[in-house]
Amino acid sequence: MDIVSLIAAKANYWTYVILLMVGLYAMVAKNNLVKKIVGMVIFQTAVILFYVSIGYKKGGTLPIIMHGHDHGHGVDSFIKAADYINPLPHVLMLTAIVVGVATLGVALALAIKVYQEYGTLEEDEIRKQIELKG
Amino acid sequence: MKILGTITILLCGGLLIFFTSDFPDFGDPKSPASIHLSPYFIEHTLEDTAVPNIVTSVLADYRSYDTMFETTVILTAGLACFLLLRIPTKEVTRRYYLHEPTGVTLRFDGDRYPKGSNVFKRIDSNWVPYDIIINFTCRLLIHFIQIFALYVVAHGHYSPGGGFQGGVVIGASIILFAISSNLRASIKRLGEKAAAIFTATGVFIYAGTGALCMVIGEHFLNYSFLAPLLGTDRIMARSHGIFIVEIGVAVAVMAVMIWIYYNLSSAGKQDEGL
Repeated sequence: MDIVSLIAAKANYWTYVILLMVGLYAMVAKNNLVKKIVGMVIFQTAVILFYVSIGYKKGGTLPIIMHGHDHGHGVDSFIKAADYINPLPHVLMLTAIVVGVATLGVALALAIKVYQEYGTLEEDEIRKQIELKG
Repeated sequence: MKILGTITILLCGGLLIFFTSDFPDFGDPKSPASIHLSPYFIEHTLEDTAVPNIVTSVLADYRSYDTMFETTVILTAGLACFLLLRIPTKEVTRRYYLHEPTGVTLRFDGDRYPKGSNVFKRIDSNWVPYDIIINFTCRLLIHFIQIFALYVVAHGHYSPGGGFQGGVVIGASIILFAISSNLRASIKRLGEKAAAIFTATGVFIYAGTGALCMVIGEHFLNYSFLAPLLGTDRIMARSHGIFIVEIGVAVAVMAVMIWIYYNLSSAGKQDEGL
């Protein structure tokens, strides 16, 4: 396999792995809680990208049956699965995006609570304050 | 911590990239994800549900339990934001008023603010005069955004769309209104109580449809039992059942987006926000 076709075949996975690493790094190494949340969102986006990209089929169109609106009268009697891209990852990610936004809301609410309690979002300062209290 | 994190993540990423050589190629029609379950959905969606959009039929019929609990997750997220952040408005005492004839801003502490007067206009503490272009553009746009959102919900059977997308678009239109004017104007139109009730109503419509199917027939969320109620055959009843459920999802998602925005933007005070 030469290098161009290798890149064409695997570039989607590499993109997703790089985004995954960026997000994971932000979650692990950043000190600021909002930056950690941003990392979490990047991580989520990477997973969504991965799912959507495995749903793609070469030569397939979007997963809506062509001429299907008149209750199937105009459809060819045989619908080939290879003509349509895989709808299942799209369904899963459709709900995952909305749920991701909702959980992002909860994460930001927690960050607001932390800020109200400690007056800062930097992790080391919060830890210092907790140690002083305990 | 940074060095350790970098090494670990580079190791994990390197391993993942190394093993992508075993993954199916991009766009391969024979990849394992595309040969087990999805051909059934693609080939049978019309005869099972009469819905050409396979994503919609899988979302609200084949995998409707999943979607129902997704809406429950959204409801829980809205409730969690509310319970974490919400504090009664009565505790907030310091308020700013603009005397409109003179343009002087006054600060009132406690509840000594001018109640019945109409020359004072309540403003936020970090208030800036509104940009007329933004205000006008948003006022023009919001109607069209909402009509488009209703189209997305109603036309989800035949084109890309559905409850989640349409609900988010309606929610975004109301958040746009809250950003372009102010939070109080938005709360006056769609209050927090309404948002909470809408959220619960959306989940109730979904679960109630399922329960109705169970009462009439015998399976939860098997819409074909709704056929005698809707006056159609069993396959079209599935299509209509999907539509009812999508409306529930749209209502829940719309209300939750607005509810979370109200709580986040004002840190739970819902008195002054972005």
